[in-house]
Amino acid sequence: MSLLSDLINLNLSETTEKIIAEYIWIGGSGMDLRSKARTLKGPITDVSQLPKWNYDGSSTGQAPGEDSEVILYPQAIFKDPFRKGNNILVMCDCYTPQGDPIPTNKRYQAAKIFQDPAVAAEEPWYGIEQEYTLLQKDVKWPLGWPVGGFPGPQGPYYCSAGADKSFGRDIVDAHYKACLYAGINISGINGEVMPGQWEFQVGPTVGIASGDQVWVARYILERITEIAGVVLTFDPKPIPGDWNGAGAHTNYSTKSMREDGGYEVIKAAIEKLKLKHKEHIAAYGEGNERRLTGRHETADINTFSWGVANRGASVRVGRETEKDGKGYFEDRRPASNMDPYVVTSMIAETTILSKP
Amino acid sequence: MALLNDLLNLNLSDHTEKIIAEYIWIGGSGMDMRSKARTISKPVSSPSELPKWNYDGSSTGQAPGEDSEVIIYPQAIFKDPFRGGNNILVMCDCYTPQGEPIPTNKRHNAAKIFSNPEVAAEEPWYGIEQEYTLLQKDVNWPLGWPVGGFPGPQGPYYCAAGADKAFGRDIVDAHYKACLYAGINISGINGEVMPGQWEFQVGPSVGIAAADQVWVARYILERITEKAGVVLSFDPKPIMGDWNGAGAHTNYSTKSMREEGGYEIIKKAIEKLGLRHKEHIAAYGEGNERRLTGRHETADINTFKWGVANRGASIRVGRDTEKEGKGYFEDRRPASNMDPYVVTSMIAETTLLWKPT
Repeated sequence: MSLLSDLINLNLSETTEKIIAEYIWIGGSGMDLRSKARTLKGPITDVSQLPKWNYDGSSTGQAPGEDSEVILYPQAIFKDPFRKGNNILVMCDCYTPQGDPIPTNKRYQAAKIFQDPAVAAEEPWYGIEQEYTLLQKDVKWPLGWPVGGFPGPQGPYYCSAGADKSFGRDIVDAHYKACLYAGINISGINGEVMPGQWEFQVGPTVGIASGDQVWVARYILERITEIAGVVLTFDPKPIPGDWNGAGAHTNYSTKSMREDGGYEVIKAAIEKLKLKHKEHIAAYGEGNERRLTGRHETADINTFSWGVANRGASVRVGRETEKDGKGYFEDRRPASNMDPYVVTSMIAETTILSKP
Repeated sequence: MALLNDLLNLNLSDHTEKIIAEYIWIGGSGMDMRSKARTISKPVSSPSELPKWNYDGSSTGQAPGEDSEVIIYPQAIFKDPFRGGNNILVMCDCYTPQGEPIPTNKRHNAAKIFSNPEVAAEEPWYGIEQEYTLLQKDVNWPLGWPVGGFPGPQGPYYCAAGADKAFGRDIVDAHYKACLYAGINISGINGEVMPGQWEFQVGPSVGIAAADQVWVARYILERITEKAGVVLSFDPKPIMGDWNGAGAHTNYSTKSMREEGGYEIIKKAIEKLGLRHKEHIAAYGEGNERRLTGRHETADINTFKWGVANRGASIRVGRDTEKEGKGYFEDRRPASNMDPYVVTSMIAETTLLWKPT
């Protein structure tokens, strides 16, 4: 199909100034990503140059049929790794025609928290470890698993190579380069403990940009798995039994934590998180109770615990942070299907704004 | 899937200074290779420019869950043949957070032996002949063999060509170029006596670099077989019966052996190896007793003997070396699943440092 590829890869910059902008938003379930494209008359250098747009909210469970327009406000732009040239991806959030954020718009509230002077002064950094599982199309059974059966038990697969151990690397590697190209701060990838499961990390990124980048990275991943004919799932426990779940561990630090004496600030922050364990858990992803069992490198969902280098705890502090007396910590509770706008802003709110 | 390949082959250097570094280490079994990648802000030319990293040792049988961090120290870098550009592969070894080598870290001790002034002065060269077998995925039966049966007996396959004789050449040739691209000192390849079995050679490389290069060459091979949908095996006797095993013959020489009168040095070294036969054999790979039977171009595992041009001996000296009175010799005992850090350093230790009592 070389003719189709030739057309897909046409470099339009040679013939026109026009560019294509793919507007991306989050749909009615809070996890479904939607997008559509429009032509703009020239290259864009700043998100403020982009027009607002709208879509049919009655088709995504976000508006009634008789008043279906949902307005898209562009919030962040990235280079389009599929169309290349000067074409762009645009992360948007959703508003009513009257200008109010619709209920599924979690970015709006997160942006307010990150603009709070007390939060902004602390320059909160986030590193998010997004895990996900690849499934064979139609049968929805993990990639590489025999249909109707199971692979050998976990052990050989974590960070492995080999046709009998590692399934779907082309998707993961293509995603890594595509994200770097797009301008997403992707910091690494690895094969996970359960075969067919992978992880990428985005960060360290400041404030609201972290949520924007994770969502666009998820979108790029869904586009790539679409090309590969493989189904992407962010379910936190895709296969019950002796198989790891999928999380979105969120690494976090503030200016004070990164400076000398930061370890005390970290411990105080962890105490605040402990006091609001139930509230955080409720916002950390649907179905997380299937994953946070206390086994498979998780802490039980009802228990809050923390420890240095302890992967069985709710919050883990790295050995280097302990040794240096400053650094960051890892909230291991969020599920792979968490909303990064909610999780990042909630951690900032609890640790910086809330009083015990 | 042209679009997927376009993304895989994206030349990032056109858009960013950032590079991707794939950190590689050896897992809990001593043979399983593991790796993960991270973004580095700009190109590097030496491992000392790279940060230490860590991984979850509880997932590789190398640490408990409540204290799971294992630290990886970059030791050698190579160009990444899969990602191209300025991207790199980084061979690492493993330490506790306190800075102690973990039990499966065999490189640490090997590096100490190679830094010993007496060893370093002799500039030990190694040429390692890594044999391996390709297996069909899911059935784990050798590539090219009929499932449920056997091919015709050995004879036609060694260095053969032909759809009925050579199985998996694309993997072998892709591997050869990939290793050369990466900067590994790969010196050759050949099809082996057992159908579906192949060999590549790395060397001559000096000291610790020999083993670093063999490990990374193994990693590149596993990545390539993964792409090809074929399973890689380093088992020393994959198929019982009248089928060759797989070895990692280790060719060796020191400065003295390579100079005039070297042949006498070689004979003395071989004598020392003979006196430590049991200790070497114990470190030359698991399952080697299934391979070293005295048949199929091996010497029996309990016997130590050497000879010129003798492939049935434990140690073989080439005719050229005998004729010129200097050169190198071949230790044919190591199995394909040997750890080159252990074997290369042990040969240096026995021949250069050890004194018989």
